[in-house]
Amino acid sequence: MSKRFDEIPMAGIIIEPGNAMEYKTGGWRAMRPVHTDETCLWIKNGTCGLCWIYCPDNAVRLIEENGKYRYEYDYDYCKGCGICANQCPTGSIKMESE
Amino acid sequence: MTVVERVPTDKVVVEGMTGDAAIAHALKQCDIDVLAAYPITPQTIIVEDFQKFVANGEVKTRVIPVESEHSAMSACVGASAVGARVATATASAGLALMWEILYCAASMRMPIVLAVANRALSAPINIHNDWSDSYGARDSGFIQIYCQSCQEAYDTVIMAFKIAEDHDVLLPVMVCIDGFILSHNVERVEMLPTEAVQQFLGVRKPAIALDPDNPVTMGPLALTDYYFEFKEQQDRAMARVPEVFERVESEFEKMTGRRYGRFETYRVEDADIIIFTHSTPGGTAKAVVDALRERGEKVGVVRLRMFRPFPAEALREVLRNAKAVAVFEKCRSFGAPSNPLALEVRTALYDLDERPLVTDFVIGLGGRDVPPSTIVEGVEKTKEYLKAGRAPLYETLGVRK
Repeated sequence: MSKRFDEIPMAGIIIEPGNAMEYKTGGWRAMRPVHTDETCLWIKNGTCGLCWIYCPDNAVRLIEENGKYRYEYDYDYCKGCGICANQCPTGSIKMESE
Repeated sequence: MTVVERVPTDKVVVEGMTGDAAIAHALKQCDIDVLAAYPITPQTIIVEDFQKFVANGEVKTRVIPVESEHSAMSACVGASAVGARVATATASAGLALMWEILYCAASMRMPIVLAVANRALSAPINIHNDWSDSYGARDSGFIQIYCQSCQEAYDTVIMAFKIAEDHDVLLPVMVCIDGFILSHNVERVEMLPTEAVQQFLGVRKPAIALDPDNPVTMGPLALTDYYFEFKEQQDRAMARVPEVFERVESEFEKMTGRRYGRFETYRVEDADIIIFTHSTPGGTAKAVVDALRERGEKVGVVRLRMFRPFPAEALREVLRNAKAVAVFEKCRSFGAPSNPLALEVRTALYDLDERPLVTDFVIGLGGRDVPPSTIVEGVEKTKEYLKAGRAPLYETLGVRK
């Protein structure tokens, strides 16, 4: 999203809702959360989910497929704040430098 | 483009009016929807007179009495955002308190008309005229037009709405008059019939407005990725002002026979020295030029009207053949090599291979009288500097030193 001055609404007016999605805040990230499946309670039995609850950017994805649990981050929006790592009761999330 | 017709003379009402009253009457005839203002000398009569129109039921305007100028301009921005025709008035410290929202009004592209009765800034506290207040706001993104007479103030306010609301512009306009010298002095003013003014202006058609049925967000966040692009839009809108101004003035001329231009030239054709100033010293300068011409001196006047956008290219053509340009301005930009008006003139002339000498005289701070003798003193000094081949970057005139 790198539009010219004449391709955007006048004076920064937001003319339609939902466009915060277009703002990929992942570019702000200095530290990246790295997840370990082995000790994660969501992967083990589909419980806990504290990281998902606390993530301020909806960047944690808890996925259930055919009775199996998967875990991933949406790095387009994860700002690397580290709240998920801080909340994780089993220490399954580590913050690593980008 | 609206179709305007010449207003017949018998429909014109002539009255003796102060500059403030002339502006109040113009605002009334422009059928503004909202006026939000806070009283400050020497602008007070504008809002006082307008409040009388409201109390008498002569206008349908909603007046918002706010608690400060910061709130006044904020309320104006809000009202303008829903598509209203909006005006306010202020001076000096009031303009200073509006500062933050001046930039919002311009950047959010709100066509607000702001009447400024130019007054010195504190301290010491002073209610009289100089241009320090609106010169300080020169980078805010407002169009700035300075008037020499009450008639011109009346006419300019009417034209200001049409320029501001043009979709090629959408920028706020400051209409400036000299505090007390114009704001409180009575002059003959020819008022147009209200129907003619309203036909000339029409109803404001906002490009985009706050509307619950079509919700939008105005004035949101833009950081490193887009802020610059919005400033580019704003800059281009400012660049389109001269063309729109010309169109609006031509229509106004058809209706009234009066036009002022972005600047006025007076006896400049063969002038060796051109006096460059604006507002009421423009009138004094013209009287001085008449007297000096009788003594055979080749002098003329350029009286600027539009300070923003500054008509650099057009002025270059007028000033280029003079030997010297003597700038008279009621402002000192402390620490600057010269002062706001002279800085613009020097920039306009810099690209010429052969440039006139530019002298810069700071006059009339805090309402110190600027009699013809002060202008003559500046012209005499300019002649000396011409002989010497160089001039100081600026100097003060009319101060005991």
